Amino acid sequence: MTWDWSAVADFMPRFWDGVLVTLQILVLGSLLSFTLGLVWALALRSESRFVRWPVGLVTEFIRNTPLLVQLFFLFFVLPEWGVQFSALATGTLAIGLHYSTYTAQVYRAGIDAVPAGQWEAATALSLPAHRTWTAVILPQAVRRIAPALGNYVIAMLKDTPLLAGIGVLEMLQQSRLESAATFQYTEPLTVVGIAFILIAYPASLLVRTLERRLAR
Amino acid sequence: MTSGLWQNWVLPGIWITVQLTLYSAALATAVAFGVGMARTHRSKAVRFAAAFYTEVFRGTSALVLMFWLFFVLPPLLGWQLVPMWAAVLALGLSYGAYGAEIVRGALNAVAPAQQEAGVALSFTPWQRMRLIMLPQAVPEMIPSFGNLAVELLKGTALVSLLGVGDVSFAAYLVRLATQETAQIYTVTLVIYFVLAFLITRSMKALERKTKANLGVAVK
Repeated sequence: MTWDWSAVADFMPRFWDGVLVTLQILVLGSLLSFTLGLVWALALRSESRFVRWPVGLVTEFIRNTPLLVQLFFLFFVLPEWGVQFSALATGTLAIGLHYSTYTAQVYRAGIDAVPAGQWEAATALSLPAHRTWTAVILPQAVRRIAPALGNYVIAMLKDTPLLAGIGVLEMLQQSRLESAATFQYTEPLTVVGIAFILIAYPASLLVRTLERRLAR
Repeated sequence: MTSGLWQNWVLPGIWITVQLTLYSAALATAVAFGVGMARTHRSKAVRFAAAFYTEVFRGTSALVLMFWLFFVLPPLLGWQLVPMWAAVLALGLSYGAYGAEIVRGALNAVAPAQQEAGVALSFTPWQRMRLIMLPQAVPEMIPSFGNLAVELLKGTALVSLLGVGDVSFAAYLVRLATQETAQIYTVTLVIYFVLAFLITRSMKALERKTKANLGVAVK
């Protein structure tokens, strides 16, 4: 079996389409997980146990079960409930929801790490609750947790191929379609594998630099 | 769901998921300790090779690696892997790379004076590793390894895309047969949740045991 560069060239148009879809999933999925994660984290700090308890159970459940099965669940069950989403939208929703249970943990750690004096200062200045959160606590918490969130974005990138399972045309699915059309298995799949390393490695270096900068 | 589907697909599926988790965890542990210890080796070349391995296998997606081992490797090597073993290899190699980082972190966290004491007693490097470093580092690794084991369990669901008859694959077949989608997928998620819970519990027990050997109590 020899390596055929012309097969790589033939794969390029599909490959770039796949890269765009992968990045789209990644950006929307990250935004969703950052937002939902914050909601879970705040709910877990709620006064009422009727909020804390169910949110805790649901996030624990989502975090300890496979994304792939959740993906199929949403893909097949949402239409039964009368919600018609495209495969791409369902996939992005699933990945964002799954990772929001991780980012919730990150937010929680970040909020807990804000010194108690900051809370007391906010009370002393009689800031209303929403100002305490938006002007005092969250800016300090987010600064601390940015690297950890970055690591989950990279992890999310590496989970985007799972969406090929429901037919989303991201990188892996594009390589499968290319292989099905040309019977070239080696080149498209190898290109996709290397593309992941080429995106993930610089991204992880970036996160490490960020970590060092913020640690000062 | 009929009892036939349950007995012929779901129960064997659970067993395959458990087997996959155990085999890949064994491979991942071996890789993690091998590569993780290599990253603290004296020789620069060994350290570089180990770091290269970690970055490559942490950089790529486990699913892409699995497809690659299954579709690309056979024509290159001239022999075909059984899907189950392609899956174990892919999961073991990539989760092993994550584990190597845990091993490296725990080894680096052992107080340097311990290492120096070993040098002063003229232990060989391997004796220092085996008798001084590892006994102190291993209990520190266990909570992280527990999280990784749950990730690994979740990762085994990927094999259903290669057609291995694990519990996710069984769910897919049962859905096709009965159309009771919400029901079968809820049951499947609960099965994974229970398995993950068992892993978390046993890792807690293991942590308590290894720490007790060092004379440290765990809350």
